[in-house]
Amino acid sequence: MRIDASNKSYKELNAAILKNPDPNTQITGCCGQRYIADGFSGKKIEIFGTPGNALGAYMDSGEIFVHGDVQDAVGDTMNDGRIYVDGMAGDAVGYAMRGGEIFIHGNVGYRAGIHMKAYGQKRPLMIVGGCAGSFLGEYQAGGTIVVLGLNAGSEPPVSYFCGMGMHGGAIYLRTKILPADLSDRIVASEVTRKDMWELMPKLEHFCNIFGENLNEILKTPFYKLTPDSGNPYKQLYVANYQ
Amino acid sequence: MRINHIYPEFEVIRNMDKCTNCRLCIRQCANKVHFYDEKRKRVMANDSLCVNCHRCVAVCPERALKIVKSEHTFRKNANWSERDINEIYRQAESGGVLLSSMGNPKNYPVYWDKILINASQVTNPSIDPLREPMETRTFLGKRPKKIRRDANGRLITEMTPGIELSTPIMFSAMSYGSISYNAHAALAKAAKILGICYNTGEGGLHEDFYAYGPNTIVQVASGRFGVHKDYLNAGAAIEIKMGQGAKPGIGGHLPGTKIVEDVSKTRMIPKGSDAISPAPHHDIYSIEDLRQLVDSLKEATRHKKPIIVKVAAVHNIGAIASGIARSGADIIAIDGFRGGTGAAPTRIRDNIGIPVELALAAVDERLRQEGIRGDVSIVVGGSIRSSADVVKAIALGADAVYIGTAALLALGCHLCRTCQSGRCNWGIATQNPELVRRLDPEEGAARLVNLVTAWTHEIKEMMGGMGINSIETLNGNRLMLRGVGLNDRELKVLGISHAGE
Repeated sequence: MRIDASNKSYKELNAAILKNPDPNTQITGCCGQRYIADGFSGKKIEIFGTPGNALGAYMDSGEIFVHGDVQDAVGDTMNDGRIYVDGMAGDAVGYAMRGGEIFIHGNVGYRAGIHMKAYGQKRPLMIVGGCAGSFLGEYQAGGTIVVLGLNAGSEPPVSYFCGMGMHGGAIYLRTKILPADLSDRIVASEVTRKDMWELMPKLEHFCNIFGENLNEILKTPFYKLTPDSGNPYKQLYVANYQ
Repeated sequence: MRINHIYPEFEVIRNMDKCTNCRLCIRQCANKVHFYDEKRKRVMANDSLCVNCHRCVAVCPERALKIVKSEHTFRKNANWSERDINEIYRQAESGGVLLSSMGNPKNYPVYWDKILINASQVTNPSIDPLREPMETRTFLGKRPKKIRRDANGRLITEMTPGIELSTPIMFSAMSYGSISYNAHAALAKAAKILGICYNTGEGGLHEDFYAYGPNTIVQVASGRFGVHKDYLNAGAAIEIKMGQGAKPGIGGHLPGTKIVEDVSKTRMIPKGSDAISPAPHHDIYSIEDLRQLVDSLKEATRHKKPIIVKVAAVHNIGAIASGIARSGADIIAIDGFRGGTGAAPTRIRDNIGIPVELALAAVDERLRQEGIRGDVSIVVGGSIRSSADVVKAIALGADAVYIGTAALLALGCHLCRTCQSGRCNWGIATQNPELVRRLDPEEGAARLVNLVTAWTHEIKEMMGGMGINSIETLNGNRLMLRGVGLNDRELKVLGISHAGE
């Protein structure tokens, strides 16, 4: 079913998607409507235009494909499902996501993947085709973030404070040089064959849906960032029974 | 030679005439204070490990034990207290940030104790609650601004979602992780029996407790632990935790050692890894951003759940509450600086935030001035110690209160303030299965039900004395309060007259 979003509020839009018995919905003329598909499961939604903040928050399953840019907090606390954005994304992409996939073709703003988790079989994955703003993967507790920096040139594909407070998961940066301000609590190493073997199907998938050339991507090396401890604050406190 | 600057704070006094060397105290003390000395053939104690939790005292069948404060003393000094000195020793030795538990124990003014309640004499008859009906039922949520009618003139009775409580008391947020499974079970069972709500805190909702959904408030905090679709839809309301009275402005940190299998499952995070809640929600830097989280939660739950926004009582709380009321939230929860915690940096707990009495009066007044008081209900906590505090809070403008420490006391907590150790001998603030087993959820629930039922009777008696038969009539009724020993400024903030006026 196709829904024309122009002049529709987010409530009307979500209600229309939910009412549609066919799990496939196309939304055209999307113009900043927030909260699209929040808490949805089992829906396949294709969006033309620009959805507003909190697209696919708390999403449980299903797929969203956006032809265009998205705003802040895409996939906030996402539990499962897939979000593909053929464009750029604002701040806090995938805040505290626990499962599922978010692929952004272009750049992402500040704090992408903040507090990303992992749990049981759930291993969230975020691939950013462009560059990421500051605080990428802040407090990251699990899952995988990949930044390809396809438009980065010779600069690192991330801005300041990458992986601050990270205590789980991994960040892959496709770059020849590491960010200069990496925390000493982060271990940066060149990717292993095993790492790449795990990443490859995901990168292939990324290239397929966004029309990128995998061989070109693989010409630049990847670094893997991991935390040096899962208990970063362990030594900070002294018990004071007062 | 190793020098220990810190002398044990408590002494374990064992009456050897009564002690039968049964060694129960040894088995009961998780701090390993008691031990059997083979040479002397008797039970001894290592005072330095004692936290004064009274477990051994309470279980000793011979009543042979008591714990006393050590008389050992520093040279008397009105400026440098024993506590100040010991804390310096502790930090000089470790280089660590001091970490404490439970509410601020310092000697700040408790305004509840400087407020007195009115009673009717001659001109307005008091009511006997044993003889006449008294209404303590409380509704939390938005109040309609005006009566609406449909095209046929019939009343539109559809309301925005809210919470109905049998009495204006709820159990405040305490996460599974900070407290035990059995403590949560007791709170959930009691809330159901009482017709009130308990609060999951930021620890997710254990699968066993979904059955208590209608009596559960589920929390969403900056770490988003355990937050998923079913969780959001499980409770009677969703609480966004912006702050906590015991530690305003900072986040939470549950050490990996407390993330045992079951806690990890409920929080949906890896076992043994630290659970860090960032200080702010990194998607909320303004009231407009808060509105987004409120709206996204409402949209994700199809507008069936009221949203509570919980903040710590801080300076400018009036303006903050006004913003929250305009964010679309249905209920504001204000947590005072004496509120409890499983762990907070000592300096933060003891020095940050303001008393909830002043914060409550300021918020109620501000929202009234702006004509938006009906857009939100107000819930206060931190710390409500008795039914008298509840009555005073409601007369100052609260719709209901949160009790945390009081509820834990009912479960057997002795306020030893060592929750952060994870060795709670009462089975409350621990994940050690042997200790958790000591707290019987059924008995705990019964004790909580007793407490809240008793308080409700007392509330009715005080209401009756004022000639009030419905708790709603008491809400914001500051004429029923008088200050005693307060200065003009304090009276002005509280919006009450002095006793005798």
